Amino acid sequence: MKEEVRLMKGNEAIAHAAIRYGCDGYFGYPITPQSEVLETLEELMPWETTGMTVLQAESEVAAINMVYGGAASGKAVMTSSSSPGVSLKQEGISYIAAASLPALILNVMRGGPGLGTIQPSQADYFQATKGGGHGDYHLIVLAPSTVQEMVDFVGLGFDLAFKYCNPAMILADGIVGQMMEKVVLPEQRPRRTEEEIRRQCPWAADGRKGLRKRNVITSLELESARMEVINHKLQERYREIEKNETRWEEIDVEGADYLIVAFGSIARICTKAKELAAEKGIKVGIVRPITLWPFPSEAIARAAEGKKGILCVELNAGQMIEDVRLAVHDSLPVEHFGRLGGIIPSPDEVVKALEEKIIK
Amino acid sequence: MKEEIIIAGFGGQGVLSMGKILAYSGLMDDKEVTWMPSYGPEQRGGTANVTVILSDEKISSPVLDTYDNVIALNQQSLDKFASKVKPGGILIYDTNGIHNHPKRDDITIYPIDAMGATLELGNSKAYNMVVMGALLEAMDYKLPMENVVKGLKKSLPERHHKLIPLNEQAIEKGRSLLKKQ
Repeated sequence: MKEEVRLMKGNEAIAHAAIRYGCDGYFGYPITPQSEVLETLEELMPWETTGMTVLQAESEVAAINMVYGGAASGKAVMTSSSSPGVSLKQEGISYIAAASLPALILNVMRGGPGLGTIQPSQADYFQATKGGGHGDYHLIVLAPSTVQEMVDFVGLGFDLAFKYCNPAMILADGIVGQMMEKVVLPEQRPRRTEEEIRRQCPWAADGRKGLRKRNVITSLELESARMEVINHKLQERYREIEKNETRWEEIDVEGADYLIVAFGSIARICTKAKELAAEKGIKVGIVRPITLWPFPSEAIARAAEGKKGILCVELNAGQMIEDVRLAVHDSLPVEHFGRLGGIIPSPDEVVKALEEKIIK
Repeated sequence: MKEEIIIAGFGGQGVLSMGKILAYSGLMDDKEVTWMPSYGPEQRGGTANVTVILSDEKISSPVLDTYDNVIALNQQSLDKFASKVKPGGILIYDTNGIHNHPKRDDITIYPIDAMGATLELGNSKAYNMVVMGALLEAMDYKLPMENVVKGLKKSLPERHHKLIPLNEQAIEKGRSLLKKQ
């Protein structure tokens, strides 16, 4: 399959991207607003072309543990769900992180808490960036704002997951999952051969009994001293990821009086708000964190220099704002604006919030 | 060029698929496009709407407060979105079942009998394409018909390609509704 321009939903794009980036296996369980991922994969039947496995598991818990198993054998595997389903997966995610395995998890967030609504939300920011499951671990968290980024982050997510032997998460929302946009699908990347997997993942439990020293993959270590060493190694890796992989986008930050920090599709609503504010003579710049972990703290601190205030716009009651305040050490006013439970704010509302909370 | 459009009506009227054909037609004309549906439990009977943006430039927000073009296909949609047309913008609505007509003199209003025109064609499924014809005629941006046909081909599954001539006919019918006004 060659590079191709198409119009598709973010969820459909994820399915196409998974196949084209040479994913070995997808394990999922349907839930709105991301069911199109599994549906599209079933429709495309990649097991007949690239040989990719697509399986509807009996539950979210089963799906994440299938990912755990697939990842342990060195395969490029993924799962997807929406907020309540991702909560169910947290134990498995913690195990995968502890066992230092690469995997890709997609969360298309919906309004919560609980079963909540099926409309867009960003209320799983804490869950994605601060752990979610138990123990001291981090996921590499990518926040797409366009359907094209849904495609690109499948490739990037797998690349980073394998580079650092660490699970990566695409943290999307119902907007970017359900909307259609123009996308360029990448050329088909062949799935890795068994030989390539053995070379890339010498740690993998690939069933080669007797041909090499036994590989053991586990998250269990009853000896505290050894568990501390494992923890230190994880922490070293996290510092390495922070150093190398922090990503963000800046829009018209220079010359602006105010700053908006927003991620995902909400950053686009804020970009429109920035245009509306400019018509009123209000100069706004935008910083869009692309990796939510590692968080672009230094970039935000730099962008905030000389500004009069920061508005943090998120579809939640105020989660990322904690990281923004830490980044700037509260050296300028930082306020939050968000709608809850699945309501999408309009660009006008963002301008109004900026005027009421920051400009006054 | 930038056209911000919302199409609103009952679920089942073909609102979302009209938006998709419009978006694909724009894509075939080398435009940037977004298609943002109201998704969820609104498949049939409830209200459904879709925001379509066609632009020469990269599109920021796929969600909007006000629109250049509003298409309302039932009373609820008309009540909700008539006030959201930008001054100087266009409002197209199907007069069937409408008892409360919009009153604004800062926009261009086109009441059309799209259902009547569709029944004349003899296939009620072509309803959304009659409506799209009216929009294509009304919009400032003139989308070339050849790209609309390409858009139809791209958005309809192959087994429905035999219906493309009917759809083209419906679009022409919709255009003629507007030309008469």
